[in-house]
Amino acid sequence: MALKQKDFLGLYNVKSEEINQILKTAESMKEIFTRSVKKVPTLRGKTIVNLFFEPSTRTKSSFDLAAKRLSADVMSISKSTSSVAKGESLLDTAQTMEVMGADVVVIRHGAPGAAEFLANNIEASVLNAGDGAHAHPTQGLLDLYTMKSYKGDFENMKVLIIGDIAHSRVARSNIQGLKSLGAEIRVAGPSTLIPREIEKMGVKVYQDLDEALEGVDVVNILRIQLERQERGLFPSIGEYRKFYGMNKERLDSLSDDVLIMHPGPMNRGIEIESAVADSEQAVITEQVTNGVAVRMALLYLLAGREINDEDLN
Amino acid sequence: MMKILIKNGHVIDTLEELDGKYDIMIEDGKIVEIKKKIQVENEDIELIEAEGKIIYPGLIDMHTHLREPGFEEKETIKTGCEAAAAGGFTRVACMPNTNPAVDNPASVEYIKSKSSEAVIEVLPVGSITKKREGKELAELGFLAEAGVKAVSDDGNPVMNGEIMRRAMEYGDNFNLKIISHCEDLNLASDGVMNEGYYSTILGLKPIPAAAEETMIARDIMLAEFTGASLHIAHLSTKRGLELVADAKKRGVNVSAEITPHHFSLTDKAVKSYDPNTKVNPPLRAKKDVEALREGISQGIIDIIATDHAPHTYEDKLGEFNYAENGISGIETALALVNTNLVKEKIIDYKELLKLMYENPINLFDLDKKGIKENQLADLIVFDPDKEWEVKTEEFKSKGKNTPFSGDKLLGKTEITFSNGKMVYDNRGDKAEIIY
Repeated sequence: MALKQKDFLGLYNVKSEEINQILKTAESMKEIFTRSVKKVPTLRGKTIVNLFFEPSTRTKSSFDLAAKRLSADVMSISKSTSSVAKGESLLDTAQTMEVMGADVVVIRHGAPGAAEFLANNIEASVLNAGDGAHAHPTQGLLDLYTMKSYKGDFENMKVLIIGDIAHSRVARSNIQGLKSLGAEIRVAGPSTLIPREIEKMGVKVYQDLDEALEGVDVVNILRIQLERQERGLFPSIGEYRKFYGMNKERLDSLSDDVLIMHPGPMNRGIEIESAVADSEQAVITEQVTNGVAVRMALLYLLAGREINDEDLN
Repeated sequence: MMKILIKNGHVIDTLEELDGKYDIMIEDGKIVEIKKKIQVENEDIELIEAEGKIIYPGLIDMHTHLREPGFEEKETIKTGCEAAAAGGFTRVACMPNTNPAVDNPASVEYIKSKSSEAVIEVLPVGSITKKREGKELAELGFLAEAGVKAVSDDGNPVMNGEIMRRAMEYGDNFNLKIISHCEDLNLASDGVMNEGYYSTILGLKPIPAAAEETMIARDIMLAEFTGASLHIAHLSTKRGLELVADAKKRGVNVSAEITPHHFSLTDKAVKSYDPNTKVNPPLRAKKDVEALREGISQGIIDIIATDHAPHTYEDKLGEFNYAENGISGIETALALVNTNLVKEKIIDYKELLKLMYENPINLFDLDKKGIKENQLADLIVFDPDKEWEVKTEEFKSKGKNTPFSGDKLLGKTEITFSNGKMVYDNRGDKAEIIY
């Protein structure tokens, strides 16, 4: 079992069979977590480079752990995007990684398309860990994995994504993945944070959160970057909290088995009230666990293209 | 005595009312005879067989960036003019966003002196404001005295409406045309591509069409108010076109140009994150491109100009966000007009000449050179049916930044005569620039 393509850059145009294959692989990976020795030798001798041009603690440590649990050699490089004014640096860094023998380069970068640029310029597999507002496929997949594990069938699932859709790679990857799997997708947020013609991606746009929440099975709440307020995209945190924040009252209006998700890090008390984040319905920490499993699956499928499935056992 | 006879070409010069098969005899650079059939006997004559070809007067590009002085790594007056000659142009208006900016007569003189050795003629455009900063008027009178016909802060808008008003009023004293780069910088913000479906799926920062349209509306109103003569540079949206059409109906002294890339490509082309598709104004939506084509066929658009914007390899390497704006377009312009407009029956070959020669002359009060007897040969032999592949390594321009690389286009300039001299010859294996 392996992916056909060299790289994994996003969930745009990825077919449901392929997504299901990855989710299934992630399931076998997750089983490893229950063992007393949480490590398999599958990617021994493989080199994985984590190339992070944006500060990230969560995604980076998740990839780190995923690679280590597969026994790969991991190298992590962090650069601030501000020191990278031009594309040559990305190209040069990538070529350096390549001659060091990287099998997979995991890249996080502030510029949309950076992962694709890298993929076109090196032989190693490229795994996109987030490029600007474009795509964050491993987050999308871990969200899908979480939804599937609780709700099963996507065909009858209604998923609502709340918040800053315009600047969110998480939203885009969620939408594209859910679209392939046949779920009903809604987005809600202030119109200043809803990008143009997003309806063409197959979502229904709501301006009113309470209306959007009616009958949903999953609520995925996006982090609101506080600098959006400074740029005039909404007038105050207080307004955002009132009109687009997920609070206890709104949670109580929903069915008991609704799933509350958040990609983290949360602004508690702004887009999500603590009473919601810590509720029975919240699966936010589960998302983190699933993230490691999904990333192991993708690293395995990319780096281990010639490795037999038995090696997992 | 050096004699050249161009035989059997279809000669089109709308200003001279020529449209038909003629032979043209050139002696020592001068056109001495234009006749249905010129008979020659064993004389020492260079014969140019032009059966199936079109003979046009040398085309005029009203919007070129020659980059000199200041950005010689991107282009020089010499290489830009060579590229223009290869593209069928014998005159180019060069924009003042050089370093220093062309905001003073000495800079105009510098360009004139540098271009005196170039293969074609250069028409310097001055800036509207000092250093193109939009704060204080440049010395428009001195610029006009130095020979400038038009002023523009191109690359930058004049954000302050009051400054634009005064530029129009004051510039009018010297018959200067204002060429406006219409862009509201607050609305455009840090956007890098057209706002719409593709910016949404690509996650690239969007530029709304309204950033251009609101400024077109403002400048039309100011032109109406001041009575000045306004030319809209690189118009790219449907609504902008409607504003111009409406203003013309009301008798406002306004004209507009569009670029070949804006009627040839939509914002879908950005999908690969190819930095060569990054340009300002950005490639627009399908509805805009369709409207622009319609606007050209209806004669609302006055001029097709290249906005030739050469850049270095490094300027366009890497992430889309960080790449420079611009397309090196002077060598593909005529072929794109031919392929996408004439062959698509949106315009005919006479209308092409209006857009790329006659209207620039009339609107900018340029010398009429033209195909006529006793005039130095300033014309091109154009093969409208020649298919060729765009290969950037063959560009005369230093700028290889084009989104059309690898495309097959129809129509190639075969020979360019500028000011009595054959300066470009593309008949053999190698396209040659001749000094």
